[in-house]
Amino acid sequence: MDEPPGVNILVIGVGNPYRRDDGAGLAAARKLRDLAGDSSAVAEHGGEGAALLDLWKGAAVLILLDAVQSGAKPGTIHRLDASSQPLPAALFRTSTHAFSIAQAVELARALGELPQRVIVYGIEGKEFESGTGLSGEVEEGVVGLVERVRNEIRALRISEHPKG
Amino acid sequence: MRFAKKVKPMKTRIIKVDWLARVEGEGGLFVKVRDRAVVDVKLNIFEPPRFFEAFLRGRHFTEAPDITARICGICPVAYQMSAVHAMEVACGAAVDGQLRALRRLLYCGEWIESHALHVYMLHAPDFLGYADAIQMAKDHPREVQRGLRLKKAGNSIVALLGGREIHPINVRVGGFYKAPARQDLLSLGEELKWARDAALETVRWVARLPFPEFEQDYLFVALRHPEEYPFNEGRLVSNRGLDIAVPDYEKFFTEEHVARSSALHSTLAQHGPYFVGPLARYNLNFDRLSPLAQTAAHEAGLGPTCRNPFQSIVVRSVEILYACDEALRIIAAYERPESPALNVQARASTGYGCTEAPRGILYHRYKIDAQGTILDAKIVPPTSQNQKVIEQDLWKFVPQYLNLPTAELQWRCEQAVRNYDPCISCSTHFLKLDLDREA
Repeated sequence: MDEPPGVNILVIGVGNPYRRDDGAGLAAARKLRDLAGDSSAVAEHGGEGAALLDLWKGAAVLILLDAVQSGAKPGTIHRLDASSQPLPAALFRTSTHAFSIAQAVELARALGELPQRVIVYGIEGKEFESGTGLSGEVEEGVVGLVERVRNEIRALRISEHPKG
Repeated sequence: MRFAKKVKPMKTRIIKVDWLARVEGEGGLFVKVRDRAVVDVKLNIFEPPRFFEAFLRGRHFTEAPDITARICGICPVAYQMSAVHAMEVACGAAVDGQLRALRRLLYCGEWIESHALHVYMLHAPDFLGYADAIQMAKDHPREVQRGLRLKKAGNSIVALLGGREIHPINVRVGGFYKAPARQDLLSLGEELKWARDAALETVRWVARLPFPEFEQDYLFVALRHPEEYPFNEGRLVSNRGLDIAVPDYEKFFTEEHVARSSALHSTLAQHGPYFVGPLARYNLNFDRLSPLAQTAAHEAGLGPTCRNPFQSIVVRSVEILYACDEALRIIAAYERPESPALNVQARASTGYGCTEAPRGILYHRYKIDAQGTILDAKIVPPTSQNQKVIEQDLWKFVPQYLNLPTAELQWRCEQAVRNYDPCISCSTHFLKLDLDREA
């Protein structure tokens, strides 16, 4: 990433690109990676919980990006700090996998394997039927989401290295 | 888990689970009891219909394995295997030797990861009285860790042979795009030896779980091969005398559309509902398991036949053990083949494939023209074949537990559904809406 190194921050975009807006988290991760020019700290994932647990092992800060359904305006960005509080499972769309990201976070917490800091960004989806491509509102939302995640990472690095 | 319950003061009880937790995909369950008798059972599937059969028409025959792998994130290998076998039958090609062995190895990886997920994360909490694996992890962290590591051992086979863990991309009609070096496979050995020991511990662990008394006289259907426990090949057999070649599948098995569900229900001609998956495979192929797996099954209290679907968790664990054992055998005997794939030429024909997905037989049929364009496709996943048996179980199971409070009875019903590890996301493939769209 373009910020000073030092804190082990991992960003994971989660979703299914074949279920329209469900792929919003993946799209955001891809944009982040393109901007950063370094793929090591950004991952894209289908969202199967057990594999996710393994992927974020060793990270100090975890930032998860996923599509959500809460009834808010499509494209709305939700930010949840899951570092010490459980995630509301109902917010996340039922994954095609039986073991969703909310459950993966809670299982990691139960096993004492959750990164110290866990920030979850949810982007409100609109269309989840079979097919590819994001809806217009969500496409726009992804641009804002990417900006917010970049700011978050910057702030995290500054708080870790105030003089760096 | 989100559910709505309604208890009427009269003698009618309704158990309604709007969202079944811990099954693949989205499904619901409805059971109605009146005057101490079950009057209605519906396993509802409301995942939007899958359009893959229509989507395949017009595509090149070589694309089928990659397109169908997208149907399910848990068993992509099964879809790829049924697709490549069907296409090779259509084109008159036969894959053997090390390429055939690599396909079995890939399947071992998928069985290990899929079964480990179900045994530890989805089904065990039912038996131990936990709402989910998260609650279970607080009291049984060692077991949950073991389940996660076992699953990862399976993933690592799929990642190595398939090119990546989810939606593997290295499988092609005729073989693989790239065959691994012997050294690459040997690198899996150490973790697989750990996995084999862990699988043995798993069998012992689940054997001690409390199982409801529930034996039924099922009609079991699975593949059977002359020498092997079945993955990719064999004849379709049953415990009531069925013994047919895969291309005859549609002469004996029929699918019907049920209005309330977007999945099709399967039945066997003159016999009705039938049971596919680990229990069916085990009962029809016990003699084909490795000695280690057979011994572990015996020690777990299983005979060569098991008719209690709640014990499927034990059988699934025995299959994890078998898959680890078989994977190690294949790796030890592996030599890199000269070519990673046969050159398969299209011809106008119809091909049939049926392989053993973790949840049971997965049937594919494709009609292709001389240029290799797919003209027609049919896919029958295991869960739609089991759906009637699941409902039948509930008709018989619920009356035994009517004295339980509704919440507990509901728990039991969900557990009974999870005996089948239903993969609802790939069982919905009714195409009505898509046909409208295509027009």
